[in-house]
Amino acid sequence: MAPAPLAAWTDGRIIELDHPTPTTVRLRMHVDDRPRHLPGQHYLIRLRAPDDYTAQRSYSLASDSDDPLLEFLVERQPDGEVSEFLADVAEVGDVLELRGPIGRWFVWDTTTPVLCLVGGTGVVPAVAMARTARRLGRPDLVRVAAVGRGPDDLPYARELEKHGAAFAWTRTEADGRPAGAFTRDELEPLLDGVELAFACGSARFASYAEELLLAAGVDAGAIRVERFGPTGG
Amino acid sequence: MPVTRGFQRRRPEPDRGRLPPGQYDTGSSWPVLTAEATPHQPAEEWQLGVDGLVEAPHTWTWSELHAFEGSTYFGDIHCVTTWSKFDMTFTGISVDDLLAVARPTSEAAFVMAHSVTGYTTNLPLADVTGGKAWIVWSVDGKPLPRQHGGPVRLLVPHLYFWKSAKWVSRLELMAEDRPGFWEQNGYHDRGDPWLEQRYQGD
Ligand SMILES: Cc1cc2nc3c(=O)[nH]c(=O)nc-3n(C[C@H](O)[C@H](O)[C@H](O)COP(=O)(O)OP(=O)(O)OC[C@H]3O[C@@H](n4cnc5c(N)ncnc54)[C@H](O)[C@@H]3O)c2cc1C
Repeated sequence: MAPAPLAAWTDGRIIELDHPTPTTVRLRMHVDDRPRHLPGQHYLIRLRAPDDYTAQRSYSLASDSDDPLLEFLVERQPDGEVSEFLADVAEVGDVLELRGPIGRWFVWDTTTPVLCLVGGTGVVPAVAMARTARRLGRPDLVRVAAVGRGPDDLPYARELEKHGAAFAWTRTEADGRPAGAFTRDELEPLLDGVELAFACGSARFASYAEELLLAAGVDAGAIRVERFGPTGG
Repeated sequence: MPVTRGFQRRRPEPDRGRLPPGQYDTGSSWPVLTAEATPHQPAEEWQLGVDGLVEAPHTWTWSELHAFEGSTYFGDIHCVTTWSKFDMTFTGISVDDLLAVARPTSEAAFVMAHSVTGYTTNLPLADVTGGKAWIVWSVDGKPLPRQHGGPVRLLVPHLYFWKSAKWVSRLELMAEDRPGFWEQNGYHDRGDPWLEQRYQGD
């Protein structure tokens, strides 16, 4: 299969903007004649200063392809060049440059039963997968296991709860479950019937998720990892 | 190309002589970007093969690789996700030394680098010969960390860093170009940072 050339930069207009948690911003943007995307794909967002200096970063889509708008959920990084601008300065009506959809590996093909083990803003591609699965009438195909500090800190927690997601709160005791990330015992039952696992979050979270999936018996070839953010060794 | 209302440069004016277009200096951090699970592979069990269109296919063990004369790269690296990192020191051996043993045939024009995870990336042969590519096992004087491809990775610093396959285990010489893992997934076949060849069609 020859890869199709990627679309060039286009303009996207912010139609809706809100702050679902104190450190995140949700942007819903309009792009004329955009190509369809698969859940798990991302876009580049590019900012341009008056002196023509540009900064671009990758952001996963939270929206299903049938959604008339593209939805992004960005976490403000302290001193982060692009995320602080999006969280603090961007407003409805602003036009930003976008390029996408990008990525053909960290994508759900809409038919395989999968588990998403995601942490923090790493939930974003899992939200796109869950929304697509619901539209297709097959919510059972996308199982979500999400890690957050607490229900008020995790973007999309309520939506994912309705989807039937499992949660692990690292700073909050809930229903007798002590605070902490998922254990192997908790993860194993969620893997029943799953053919592919997606791990997504910060570099630290992704390493934890990948080790846990391997420990729970998932074949290394059935794990797809997406690391957000700049940290690393 | 609209100016973004309210956006100002946050970082000091970069050294354009060193920083390819669209890149920023990541400073002291070294981001980890991988799409697969990081393999656990002890160095002593490592093997590296060179095969395909060569006169003498060959496989080296970890200790046999170390018998080659060492070679060091000192300089910058550039990742397609827009960070660049200056003044890195990598130590290993030159890919030229392996090819001198395996002897590519006259038809060989491209290389596919394979890693133990199944990751692949394609390169023109000319991009890994003439002192432009290394097989490395140490960075800044320390063993290459596992998440950065240890024990052994390919290093092709003049191209975007996805070409520098982590956990490399095989170099396959080919007559025709064939897309590797990221290239099948929409990335450019060559990946020259100075020409900003990020995605197919750039
Ligand atoms: C495929 C993919 C999908 C992603 N999806 C999402 C998503 O859905 N949501 C999301 O929130 N993020 C996502 N990310 C991460 C995102 O792309 C950015 O990395 C993140 O928003 C930080 O960018 P920034 O410009 O705000 O921070 P940066 O400016 O890159 O800085 C990050 C940190 O590094 C430091 N730093 C960086 N450069 C310098 C410098 N030159 N000098 C001093 N300090 C520096 C800053 O202090 C800051 O704390 C994704 C990443 C990838 C690869």
